[in-house]
Amino acid sequence: MIRRAPRSLAEHAPILFPALMLIVFFVIPFGLMIAVSVARRIPGGFYEPDFVFANYERFLTAFFGGVLSFSLELAALVAAVAVGIGFPFTYRLARLPRAAQVRWLVFLLSILSLSEVIIGFAWSTLLSRTAGITNLLVAVGLMAEPQSLSPSFGALLAGMVYQAFPYTVLVLYPALARLDPALVEASRTLGASPVKAFFTVVVPSQRNTIVATLIMAFVFALGSYLLPQLLGRPQHWTLSVLITDQAIYQSNMPFAAAMAVFLVLVSLALVGLALLAGRKEEA
Amino acid sequence: MMPRWFHSLLAGLVGLVLAAPILVVAGVSLNAKRSLDFPPKGLSLAWYAEIFTDPGWRGALITSLVVAVLSAALAVAIAFPLAWFIWRWRAPWARAFEVLGMTPFILPPVITALGFLSFWATFDQYGEPWTVVVSHAVFFVTLPLVTLSLGFGAVDRSYVEAASTMGADDRTVLRTVVMPLVRPYVISGFAFAFVLSLNEYIVAYMVAGFTLETLPIKIFNALRYGYTPTMASVTVLFVLLTAAVFGLIARFGDLPRLLGAWVRQD
Repeated sequence: MIRRAPRSLAEHAPILFPALMLIVFFVIPFGLMIAVSVARRIPGGFYEPDFVFANYERFLTAFFGGVLSFSLELAALVAAVAVGIGFPFTYRLARLPRAAQVRWLVFLLSILSLSEVIIGFAWSTLLSRTAGITNLLVAVGLMAEPQSLSPSFGALLAGMVYQAFPYTVLVLYPALARLDPALVEASRTLGASPVKAFFTVVVPSQRNTIVATLIMAFVFALGSYLLPQLLGRPQHWTLSVLITDQAIYQSNMPFAAAMAVFLVLVSLALVGLALLAGRKEEA
Repeated sequence: MMPRWFHSLLAGLVGLVLAAPILVVAGVSLNAKRSLDFPPKGLSLAWYAEIFTDPGWRGALITSLVVAVLSAALAVAIAFPLAWFIWRWRAPWARAFEVLGMTPFILPPVITALGFLSFWATFDQYGEPWTVVVSHAVFFVTLPLVTLSLGFGAVDRSYVEAASTMGADDRTVLRTVVMPLVRPYVISGFAFAFVLSLNEYIVAYMVAGFTLETLPIKIFNALRYGYTPTMASVTVLFVLLTAAVFGLIARFGDLPRLLGAWVRQD
Protein backbone atom coordinates (compact mmCIF):
# COMPACT_ATOMS: atom_id res chain seq x y z
CA MET A 1 0.00 0.00 0.00
CA ILE A 2 1.67 3.16 -1.19
CA ARG A 3 0.69 6.40 0.49
CA ARG A 4 0.26 8.80 -2.41
CA ALA A 5 -2.32 11.36 -3.48
CA PRO A 6 -5.69 9.81 -4.34
CA ARG A 7 -6.42 9.89 -8.09
CA SER A 8 -9.56 8.12 -9.23
CA LEU A 9 -13.09 8.84 -8.14
CA ALA A 10 -13.19 5.47 -6.36
CA GLU A 11 -10.21 6.49 -4.25
CA HIS A 12 -11.93 9.72 -3.29
CA ALA A 13 -15.25 8.02 -2.53
CA PRO A 14 -14.74 7.38 1.21
CA ILE A 15 -14.40 11.07 2.04
CA LEU A 16 -17.59 12.03 0.16
CA PHE A 17 -20.01 11.23 2.98
CA PRO A 18 -18.11 12.98 5.82
CA ALA A 19 -17.33 15.99 3.61
CA LEU A 20 -20.95 16.28 2.53
CA MET A 21 -22.26 15.98 6.10
CA LEU A 22 -19.87 18.64 7.42
CA ILE A 23 -20.60 21.04 4.57
CA VAL A 24 -24.38 20.62 4.63
CA PHE A 25 -24.81 20.53 8.41
CA PHE A 26 -22.04 22.81 9.60
CA VAL A 27 -20.83 25.21 6.89
CA ILE A 28 -24.30 25.97 5.52
CA PRO A 29 -25.89 26.58 8.97
CA PHE A 30 -23.00 28.94 9.69
CA GLY A 31 -23.52 30.78 6.44
CA LEU A 32 -27.24 31.00 7.12
CA MET A 33 -26.56 32.45 10.54
CA ILE A 34 -24.40 35.17 8.98
CA ALA A 35 -27.16 35.84 6.43
CA VAL A 36 -29.75 36.09 9.20
CA SER A 37 -27.53 38.54 11.10
CA VAL A 38 -27.91 41.08 8.29
CA ALA A 39 -31.59 40.31 7.67
CA ARG A 40 -34.29 42.83 8.50
CA ARG A 41 -36.52 42.00 11.41
CA ILE A 42 -40.27 42.20 10.94
CA PRO A 43 -41.99 42.90 14.25
CA GLY A 44 -43.88 39.82 15.33
CA GLY A 45 -41.04 37.36 15.19
CA PHE A 46 -40.09 36.93 11.54
CA TYR A 47 -37.38 38.33 9.36
CA GLU A 48 -36.84 38.82 5.66
CA PRO A 49 -33.60 38.61 3.70
CA ASP A 50 -31.90 41.96 3.40
CA PHE A 51 -28.50 43.52 3.84
CA VAL A 52 -28.76 45.86 6.80
CA PHE A 53 -26.44 46.43 9.71
CA ALA A 54 -29.17 47.51 12.11
CA ASN A 55 -28.64 44.38 14.21
CA TYR A 56 -24.96 45.17 14.58
CA GLU A 57 -25.68 48.79 15.41
CA ARG A 58 -27.38 47.63 18.59
CA PHE A 59 -23.91 46.65 19.84
CA LEU A 60 -23.32 50.35 20.42
CA THR A 61 -26.02 50.60 23.11
CA ALA A 62 -25.06 50.90 26.77
CA PHE A 63 -27.06 47.77 27.60
CA PHE A 64 -25.11 45.57 25.20
CA GLY A 65 -21.84 47.16 26.32
CA GLY A 66 -22.71 46.33 29.92
CA VAL A 67 -23.51 42.68 29.12
CA LEU A 68 -20.39 42.32 26.99
CA SER A 69 -18.00 43.77 29.56
CA PHE A 70 -19.59 41.72 32.35
CA SER A 71 -19.27 38.53 30.24
CA LEU A 72 -15.61 39.19 29.49
CA GLU A 73 -14.73 40.06 33.10
CA LEU A 74 -16.57 37.02 34.45
CA ALA A 75 -14.93 34.67 31.94
CA ALA A 76 -11.51 36.15 32.75
CA LEU A 77 -12.08 35.70 36.49
CA VAL A 78 -13.30 32.10 36.02
CA ALA A 79 -10.29 31.28 33.80
CA ALA A 80 -7.83 32.80 36.29
CA VAL A 81 -9.26 30.89 39.27
CA ALA A 82 -9.54 27.61 37.32
CA VAL A 83 -5.94 27.79 36.04
CA GLY A 84 -4.65 29.04 39.43
CA ILE A 85 -5.98 25.94 41.16
CA GLY A 86 -5.73 23.65 38.15
CA PHE A 87 -2.03 24.11 37.40
CA PRO A 88 -0.54 22.86 40.69
CA PHE A 89 -3.27 20.22 40.82
CA THR A 90 -2.54 18.88 37.31
CA TYR A 91 1.20 19.00 37.94
CA ARG A 92 0.71 16.64 40.87
CA LEU A 93 -1.91 14.55 39.02
CA ALA A 94 0.52 13.82 36.19
CA ARG A 95 3.02 12.45 38.73
CA LEU A 96 0.66 10.06 40.50
CA PRO A 97 0.86 6.28 39.90
CA ARG A 98 -0.98 5.31 36.74
CA ALA A 99 -3.97 3.66 38.45
CA ALA A 100 -4.59 6.74 40.61
CA GLN A 101 -4.29 8.99 37.53
CA VAL A 102 -6.91 6.95 35.71
CA ARG A 103 -9.31 7.16 38.67
CA TRP A 104 -8.93 10.97 38.76
CA LEU A 105 -9.36 11.23 34.97
CA VAL A 106 -12.60 9.21 35.08
CA PHE A 107 -13.87 11.46 37.88
CA LEU A 108 -12.90 14.67 36.04
CA LEU A 109 -14.37 13.49 32.73
CA SER A 110 -17.62 12.61 34.48
CA ILE A 111 -17.92 16.10 35.97
CA LEU A 112 -16.93 17.67 32.64
CA SER A 113 -19.68 15.87 30.71
CA LEU A 114 -22.38 16.77 33.20
CA SER A 115 -25.15 18.86 31.69
CA GLU A 116 -25.15 22.53 32.68
CA VAL A 117 -28.70 21.90 33.84
CA ILE A 118 -27.42 19.31 36.31
CA ILE A 119 -24.50 21.46 37.51
CA GLY A 120 -26.84 24.41 38.03
CA PHE A 121 -29.38 22.27 39.87
CA ALA A 122 -26.70 20.63 42.04
CA TRP A 123 -25.11 23.95 43.03
CA SER A 124 -28.41 25.66 43.74
CA THR A 125 -29.24 22.70 46.01
CA LEU A 126 -25.83 22.89 47.70
CA LEU A 127 -26.37 26.60 48.35
CA SER A 128 -30.06 26.41 49.21
CA ARG A 129 -31.62 27.10 52.60
CA THR A 130 -33.10 23.63 53.15
CA ALA A 131 -30.24 21.44 51.93
CA GLY A 132 -27.30 23.79 51.71
CA ILE A 133 -23.96 24.19 53.42
CA THR A 134 -25.31 26.88 55.75
CA ASN A 135 -27.03 24.04 57.62
CA LEU A 136 -23.55 22.71 58.33
CA LEU A 137 -22.47 26.10 59.68
CA VAL A 138 -25.58 26.22 61.88
CA ALA A 139 -24.85 22.71 63.16
CA VAL A 140 -21.34 23.67 64.29
CA GLY A 141 -22.64 26.90 65.81
CA LEU A 142 -21.10 29.44 63.42
CA MET A 143 -24.48 30.67 62.16
CA ALA A 144 -27.84 31.20 63.82
CA GLU A 145 -30.18 30.42 60.91
CA PRO A 146 -29.67 28.54 57.65
CA GLN A 147 -29.94 30.87 54.68
CA SER A 148 -29.93 30.70 50.91
CA LEU A 149 -26.68 31.70 49.19
CA SER A 150 -28.05 31.53 45.67
CA PRO A 151 -28.74 33.37 43.40
CA SER A 152 -25.73 35.61 43.83
CA PHE A 153 -22.49 36.50 42.08
CA GLY A 154 -20.58 34.19 44.41
CA ALA A 155 -22.86 31.27 43.54
CA LEU A 156 -22.44 31.95 39.83
CA LEU A 157 -18.66 32.17 40.13
CA ALA A 158 -18.51 28.91 42.13
CA GLY A 159 -20.70 27.08 39.59
CA MET A 160 -18.70 28.34 36.60
CA VAL A 161 -15.32 27.50 38.15
CA TYR A 162 -16.73 24.05 38.97
CA GLN A 163 -17.70 23.62 35.33
CA ALA A 164 -14.43 25.00 33.90
CA PHE A 165 -12.05 23.22 36.30
CA PRO A 166 -12.11 19.70 34.75
CA TYR A 167 -11.74 21.25 31.29
CA THR A 168 -8.73 23.29 32.45
CA VAL A 169 -7.09 20.21 33.98
CA LEU A 170 -7.59 18.19 30.80
CA VAL A 171 -6.11 20.99 28.65
CA LEU A 172 -3.07 21.23 30.96
CA TYR A 173 -2.66 17.47 31.33
CA PRO A 174 -0.78 16.60 28.09
CA ALA A 175 1.86 19.31 28.58
CA LEU A 176 2.40 18.54 32.26
CA ALA A 177 2.44 14.76 31.68
CA ARG A 178 5.28 15.28 29.19
CA LEU A 179 7.28 17.66 31.38
CA ASP A 180 10.83 16.35 31.75
CA PRO A 181 11.33 15.35 35.43
CA ALA A 182 15.09 15.97 35.03
CA LEU A 183 14.39 19.74 35.11
CA VAL A 184 13.08 19.64 38.66
CA GLU A 185 15.62 17.06 39.78
CA ALA A 186 18.43 19.29 38.60
CA SER A 187 17.15 22.31 40.50
CA ARG A 188 16.57 20.21 43.62
CA THR A 189 20.12 18.82 43.42
CA LEU A 190 21.38 22.37 43.19
CA GLY A 191 19.64 23.12 46.46
CA ALA A 192 16.30 24.71 45.51
CA SER A 193 13.43 24.01 47.92
CA PRO A 194 10.39 22.23 46.42
CA VAL A 195 8.41 25.50 46.45
CA LYS A 196 11.24 27.39 44.83
CA ALA A 197 11.72 24.68 42.21
CA PHE A 198 8.01 24.82 41.36
CA PHE A 199 7.92 28.59 40.93
CA THR A 200 11.34 29.15 39.35
CA VAL A 201 11.58 26.06 37.12
CA VAL A 202 8.19 24.44 36.46
CA VAL A 203 6.05 27.56 36.11
CA PRO A 204 8.43 29.52 33.81
CA SER A 205 9.06 26.46 31.62
CA GLN A 206 5.29 26.18 31.09
CA ARG A 207 4.59 29.87 30.54
CA ASN A 208 3.11 29.37 27.07
CA THR A 209 1.04 26.39 28.20
CA ILE A 210 -0.39 28.54 30.97
CA VAL A 211 -1.24 31.38 28.56
CA ALA A 212 -2.85 28.94 26.10
CA THR A 213 -4.86 27.27 28.88
CA LEU A 214 -6.03 30.62 30.25
CA ILE A 215 -7.37 31.52 26.81
CA MET A 216 -9.06 28.13 26.31
CA ALA A 217 -10.67 28.31 29.76
CA PHE A 218 -11.78 31.86 28.96
CA VAL A 219 -13.51 30.78 25.72
CA PHE A 220 -15.04 27.82 27.57
CA ALA A 221 -16.43 30.12 30.27
CA LEU A 222 -17.82 32.50 27.62
CA GLY A 223 -19.97 29.58 26.43
CA SER A 224 -21.77 29.09 29.73
CA TYR A 225 -25.45 29.73 28.95
CA LEU A 226 -27.49 28.27 31.80
CA LEU A 227 -25.55 28.85 34.99
CA PRO A 228 -26.03 32.66 34.87
CA GLN A 229 -29.78 32.03 34.72
CA LEU A 230 -29.83 29.36 37.42
CA LEU A 231 -27.26 30.73 39.89
CA GLY A 232 -27.09 34.46 39.09
CA ARG A 233 -29.45 37.41 39.06
CA PRO A 234 -30.62 39.16 35.88
CA GLN A 235 -27.70 41.61 36.07
CA HIS A 236 -25.38 38.58 35.85
CA TRP A 237 -26.62 37.52 32.42
CA THR A 238 -23.84 36.93 29.92
CA LEU A 239 -23.64 37.22 26.15
CA SER A 240 -24.49 33.51 25.71
CA VAL A 241 -27.64 33.94 27.83
CA LEU A 242 -28.62 37.06 25.91
CA ILE A 243 -28.25 35.22 22.58
CA THR A 244 -30.49 32.37 23.79
CA ASP A 245 -33.00 34.84 25.20
CA GLN A 246 -33.20 36.91 21.98
CA ALA A 247 -33.49 33.82 19.78
CA ILE A 248 -36.07 31.87 21.77
CA TYR A 249 -38.05 34.22 24.01
CA GLN A 250 -37.84 37.55 22.18
CA SER A 251 -38.01 35.88 18.74
CA ASN A 252 -35.40 38.32 17.48
CA MET A 253 -33.28 35.96 15.37
CA PRO A 254 -31.38 38.68 13.46
CA PHE A 255 -30.08 40.32 16.64
CA ALA A 256 -29.26 36.91 18.19
CA ALA A 257 -27.40 35.93 15.01
CA ALA A 258 -25.46 39.19 14.95
CA MET A 259 -24.32 38.62 18.53
CA ALA A 260 -23.43 35.01 17.70
CA VAL A 261 -21.31 36.11 14.72
CA PHE A 262 -19.55 38.55 17.02
CA LEU A 263 -18.95 35.77 19.59
CA VAL A 264 -17.56 33.49 16.84
CA LEU A 265 -15.05 36.13 15.78
CA VAL A 266 -13.92 36.78 19.36
CA SER A 267 -13.64 33.04 20.10
CA LEU A 268 -11.81 32.15 16.88
CA ALA A 269 -9.33 35.00 17.37
CA LEU A 270 -8.65 33.84 20.93
CA VAL A 271 -8.33 30.15 19.96
CA GLY A 272 -5.90 31.20 17.22
CA LEU A 273 -3.83 33.03 19.84
CA ALA A 274 -3.94 29.97 22.11
CA LEU A 275 -2.72 27.69 19.29
CA LEU A 276 0.10 30.12 18.58
CA ALA A 277 1.14 30.19 22.25
CA GLY A 278 0.94 26.38 22.42
CA ARG A 279 3.05 25.97 19.29
CA LYS A 280 5.86 28.13 20.68
CA GLU A 281 6.17 25.70 23.57
CA GLU A 282 6.78 22.74 21.27
CA ALA A 283 9.37 24.51 19.14
CA MET B 1 7.48 20.08 43.09
CA MET B 2 5.68 21.65 46.03
CA PRO B 3 5.81 19.89 49.40
CA ARG B 4 3.90 16.62 49.40
CA TRP B 5 1.47 17.64 52.15
CA PHE B 6 0.46 20.72 50.14
CA HIS B 7 -0.42 18.60 47.12
CA SER B 8 -2.32 16.06 49.20
CA LEU B 9 -4.28 18.87 50.82
CA LEU B 10 -4.99 20.46 47.44
CA ALA B 11 -6.07 17.14 45.89
CA GLY B 12 -8.27 16.40 48.90
CA LEU B 13 -9.93 19.82 48.76
CA VAL B 14 -10.45 19.65 44.99
CA GLY B 15 -11.96 16.16 45.32
CA LEU B 16 -14.24 17.34 48.11
CA VAL B 17 -15.49 20.43 46.25
CA LEU B 18 -15.99 18.45 43.02
CA ALA B 19 -17.96 15.77 44.87
CA ALA B 20 -19.92 18.05 47.24
CA PRO B 21 -22.78 19.14 44.94
CA ILE B 22 -23.29 15.55 43.77
CA LEU B 23 -23.26 14.21 47.34
CA VAL B 24 -25.85 16.75 48.49
CA VAL B 25 -28.05 15.94 45.49
CA ALA B 26 -27.66 12.22 46.27
CA GLY B 27 -28.77 12.94 49.85
CA VAL B 28 -31.75 14.98 48.67
CA SER B 29 -32.82 12.17 46.34
CA LEU B 30 -33.40 9.91 49.36
CA ASN B 31 -35.99 12.14 51.09
CA ALA B 32 -39.10 10.28 52.19
CA LYS B 33 -41.39 13.24 51.51
CA ARG B 34 -41.61 15.61 48.56
CA SER B 35 -39.01 18.01 49.95
CA LEU B 36 -35.44 18.98 49.19
CA ASP B 37 -33.92 18.55 52.65
CA PHE B 38 -30.35 17.66 53.41
CA PRO B 39 -29.63 15.62 55.42
CA PRO B 40 -32.72 13.77 54.08
CA LYS B 41 -35.73 13.44 56.36
CA GLY B 42 -36.56 9.74 56.30
CA LEU B 43 -35.08 7.37 53.74
CA SER B 44 -36.79 6.17 50.60
CA LEU B 45 -35.92 5.03 47.11
CA ALA B 46 -39.33 6.08 45.81
CA TRP B 47 -37.84 8.92 43.72
CA TYR B 48 -35.67 6.43 41.86
CA ALA B 49 -38.70 4.27 41.16
CA GLU B 50 -40.52 7.35 39.87
CA ILE B 51 -38.00 7.78 37.03
CA PHE B 52 -39.26 4.50 35.60
CA THR B 53 -42.93 4.60 36.66
CA ASP B 54 -43.75 8.21 35.82
CA PRO B 55 -44.47 8.34 32.06
CA GLY B 56 -42.96 11.85 31.75
CA TRP B 57 -39.58 10.96 33.24
CA ARG B 58 -39.47 7.53 31.62
CA GLY B 59 -40.28 9.03 28.24
CA ALA B 60 -37.55 11.65 28.61
CA LEU B 61 -35.03 8.99 29.64
CA ILE B 62 -35.87 6.82 26.62
CA THR B 63 -35.78 9.83 24.27
CA SER B 64 -32.34 10.82 25.59
CA LEU B 65 -30.97 7.29 25.22
CA VAL B 66 -32.31 6.89 21.67
CA VAL B 67 -30.98 10.30 20.58
CA ALA B 68 -27.58 9.58 22.19
CA VAL B 69 -27.17 6.13 20.60
CA LEU B 70 -28.23 7.28 17.12
CA SER B 71 -26.23 10.50 17.13
CA ALA B 72 -23.09 8.82 18.50
CA ALA B 73 -23.39 6.16 15.78
CA LEU B 74 -23.80 8.83 13.10
CA ALA B 75 -20.86 10.80 14.51
CA VAL B 76 -18.66 7.70 14.24
CA ALA B 77 -19.97 7.06 10.71
CA ILE B 78 -18.85 10.57 9.73
CA ALA B 79 -15.53 10.48 11.59
CA PHE B 80 -14.35 7.00 10.60
CA PRO B 81 -14.07 7.42 6.79
CA LEU B 82 -12.61 10.91 7.26
CA ALA B 83 -9.91 9.78 9.70
CA TRP B 84 -9.19 6.71 7.56
CA PHE B 85 -8.91 8.77 4.37
CA ILE B 86 -6.43 11.19 5.97
CA TRP B 87 -4.38 8.26 7.24
CA ARG B 88 -4.55 6.24 4.01
CA TRP B 89 -3.92 8.90 1.38
CA ARG B 90 -1.53 11.80 1.07
CA ALA B 91 -4.14 14.53 0.76
CA PRO B 92 -3.32 17.68 2.75
CA TRP B 93 -6.55 19.36 1.59
CA ALA B 94 -8.55 16.74 3.51
CA ARG B 95 -7.19 18.27 6.73
CA ALA B 96 -9.57 21.17 6.13
CA PHE B 97 -12.47 18.80 6.86
CA GLU B 98 -10.71 17.64 10.01
CA VAL B 99 -10.46 21.25 11.20
CA LEU B 100 -14.12 21.72 10.28
CA GLY B 101 -14.99 18.70 12.43
CA MET B 102 -13.06 20.12 15.40
CA THR B 103 -14.58 23.60 15.28
CA PRO B 104 -18.08 23.09 16.74
CA PHE B 105 -16.58 21.63 19.90
CA ILE B 106 -14.27 24.58 20.56
CA LEU B 107 -16.77 27.38 19.90
CA PRO B 108 -19.32 28.36 22.56
CA PRO B 109 -22.19 25.85 22.16
CA VAL B 110 -24.83 28.54 21.80
CA ILE B 111 -23.32 29.44 18.41
CA THR B 112 -23.70 25.94 16.98
CA ALA B 113 -27.19 25.80 18.47
CA LEU B 114 -28.19 29.05 16.78
CA GLY B 115 -26.66 27.91 13.48
CA PHE B 116 -28.78 24.75 13.56
CA LEU B 117 -31.86 26.72 14.54
CA SER B 118 -31.43 29.00 11.48
CA PHE B 119 -30.75 25.97 9.28
CA TRP B 120 -33.71 23.80 10.27
CA ALA B 121 -36.06 26.79 10.34
CA THR B 122 -34.99 27.77 6.81
CA PHE B 123 -35.66 24.27 5.51
CA ASP B 124 -38.91 24.02 7.45
CA GLN B 125 -37.79 21.08 9.57
CA TYR B 126 -37.77 23.00 12.87
CA GLY B 127 -38.99 20.80 15.70
CA GLU B 128 -38.64 17.46 13.89
CA PRO B 129 -37.15 14.91 16.34
CA TRP B 130 -34.64 13.50 13.82
CA THR B 131 -33.02 16.91 13.42
CA VAL B 132 -31.71 16.58 16.99
CA VAL B 133 -29.90 13.36 16.02
CA VAL B 134 -28.19 14.98 13.02
CA SER B 135 -27.37 18.15 14.99
CA HIS B 136 -25.83 16.19 17.87
CA ALA B 137 -23.86 13.98 15.48
CA VAL B 138 -22.26 16.99 13.78
CA PHE B 139 -21.82 18.84 17.08
CA PHE B 140 -19.98 15.91 18.71
CA VAL B 141 -18.15 14.52 15.64
CA THR B 142 -14.99 16.05 17.17
CA LEU B 143 -14.74 13.27 19.76
CA PRO B 144 -14.63 10.17 17.50
CA LEU B 145 -12.49 12.23 15.09
CA VAL B 146 -9.88 12.83 17.81
CA THR B 147 -9.88 9.26 19.13
CA LEU B 148 -9.77 7.78 15.61
CA SER B 149 -6.92 10.05 14.48
CA LEU B 150 -4.99 8.79 17.50
CA GLY B 151 -6.04 5.23 16.69
CA PHE B 152 -4.93 5.29 13.04
CA GLY B 153 -1.75 7.10 14.08
CA ALA B 154 -0.92 4.18 16.37
CA VAL B 155 -1.24 1.54 13.60
CA ASP B 156 2.19 0.20 12.67
CA ARG B 157 2.45 0.71 8.90
CA SER B 158 4.71 -2.30 8.50
CA TYR B 159 1.73 -4.61 9.20
CA VAL B 160 -0.12 -2.86 6.41
CA GLU B 161 2.89 -3.17 4.08
CA ALA B 162 3.12 -6.87 4.89
CA ALA B 163 -0.56 -7.45 4.15
CA SER B 164 -0.53 -5.57 0.85
CA THR B 165 2.70 -7.27 -0.27
CA MET B 166 0.89 -10.56 0.22
CA GLY B 167 -1.76 -9.28 -2.15
CA ALA B 168 -4.47 -7.88 0.11
CA ASP B 169 -6.40 -4.95 -1.37
CA ASP B 170 -7.43 -1.85 0.63
CA ARG B 171 -10.70 -3.36 1.73
CA THR B 172 -9.09 -6.57 3.00
CA VAL B 173 -6.34 -4.64 4.79
CA LEU B 174 -8.95 -2.46 6.46
CA ARG B 175 -11.06 -5.42 7.55
CA THR B 176 -8.37 -7.83 8.68
CA VAL B 177 -5.50 -5.63 9.88
CA VAL B 178 -6.55 -2.05 10.58
CA MET B 179 -10.02 -2.57 12.00
CA PRO B 180 -8.99 -4.89 14.87
CA LEU B 181 -6.26 -2.40 15.84
CA VAL B 182 -8.48 0.69 15.88
CA ARG B 183 -11.58 -0.95 17.36
CA PRO B 184 -10.91 0.35 20.93
CA TYR B 185 -10.68 3.88 19.52
CA VAL B 186 -13.97 3.47 17.65
CA ILE B 187 -15.63 2.33 20.85
CA SER B 188 -14.22 5.15 22.99
CA GLY B 189 -15.13 7.74 20.34
CA PHE B 190 -18.67 6.38 20.34
CA ALA B 191 -18.79 6.39 24.13
CA PHE B 192 -17.55 10.00 24.43
CA ALA B 193 -20.13 11.21 21.90
CA PHE B 194 -22.86 9.12 23.58
CA VAL B 195 -22.25 10.56 27.05
CA LEU B 196 -22.05 14.15 25.81
CA SER B 197 -25.20 13.82 23.73
CA LEU B 198 -27.00 12.39 26.76
CA ASN B 199 -26.09 15.51 28.75
CA GLU B 200 -26.50 18.09 26.01
CA TYR B 201 -29.12 20.79 26.51
CA ILE B 202 -28.83 23.91 24.37
CA VAL B 203 -28.66 22.38 20.87
CA ALA B 204 -31.49 19.94 21.61
CA TYR B 205 -33.53 22.73 23.13
CA MET B 206 -33.06 25.20 20.28
CA VAL B 207 -33.62 22.61 17.57
CA ALA B 208 -36.64 20.78 18.96
CA GLY B 209 -37.21 21.94 22.53
CA PHE B 210 -40.92 22.39 22.05
CA THR B 211 -41.61 18.98 20.58
CA LEU B 212 -38.97 16.68 22.01
CA GLU B 213 -38.19 16.38 25.72
CA THR B 214 -34.77 14.94 26.50
CA LEU B 215 -33.78 14.47 30.13
CA PRO B 216 -31.76 17.69 30.49
CA ILE B 217 -34.68 19.63 28.94
CA LYS B 218 -37.10 17.87 31.28
CA ILE B 219 -34.92 18.72 34.32
CA PHE B 220 -34.70 22.36 33.23
CA ASN B 221 -38.47 22.59 32.72
CA ALA B 222 -39.00 20.96 36.11
CA LEU B 223 -36.64 23.55 37.68
CA ARG B 224 -38.92 26.31 36.50
CA TYR B 225 -42.14 24.75 37.77
CA GLY B 226 -40.96 23.76 41.23
CA TYR B 227 -38.46 21.27 42.52
CA THR B 228 -39.14 17.61 43.15
CA PRO B 229 -36.72 15.00 44.50
CA THR B 230 -37.08 13.13 41.18
CA MET B 231 -34.77 15.73 39.64
CA ALA B 232 -32.21 14.72 42.24
CA SER B 233 -32.61 10.99 41.59
CA VAL B 234 -32.37 11.52 37.82
CA THR B 235 -29.20 13.57 38.35
CA VAL B 236 -27.65 10.77 40.43
CA LEU B 237 -28.62 8.22 37.78
CA PHE B 238 -26.95 10.38 35.10
CA VAL B 239 -23.77 10.86 37.11
CA LEU B 240 -23.52 7.10 37.70
CA LEU B 241 -24.19 6.32 34.02
CA THR B 242 -21.57 8.86 32.91
CA ALA B 243 -18.97 7.58 35.38
CA ALA B 244 -19.71 3.98 34.34
CA VAL B 245 -19.12 4.77 30.65
CA PHE B 246 -15.80 6.50 31.37
CA GLY B 247 -14.87 3.71 33.76
CA LEU B 248 -15.39 1.23 30.91
CA ILE B 249 -13.29 3.34 28.52
CA ALA B 250 -10.54 3.39 31.15
CA ARG B 251 -10.89 -0.35 31.71
CA PHE B 252 -10.62 -1.33 28.03
CA GLY B 253 -8.66 1.58 26.59
CA ASP B 254 -5.68 3.72 27.46
CA LEU B 255 -7.29 6.79 29.02
CA PRO B 256 -4.10 8.80 29.70
CA ARG B 257 -3.05 8.27 26.07
CA LEU B 258 -6.49 9.23 24.74
CA LEU B 259 -6.17 12.43 26.75
CA GLY B 260 -2.76 13.26 25.32
CA ALA B 261 -0.10 11.87 27.67
CA TRP B 262 2.78 9.92 26.13
CA VAL B 263 2.58 6.16 26.30
CA ARG B 264 4.69 4.91 29.16
CA GLN B 265 7.51 2.72 27.92
CA ASP B 266 7.46 0.42 30.99
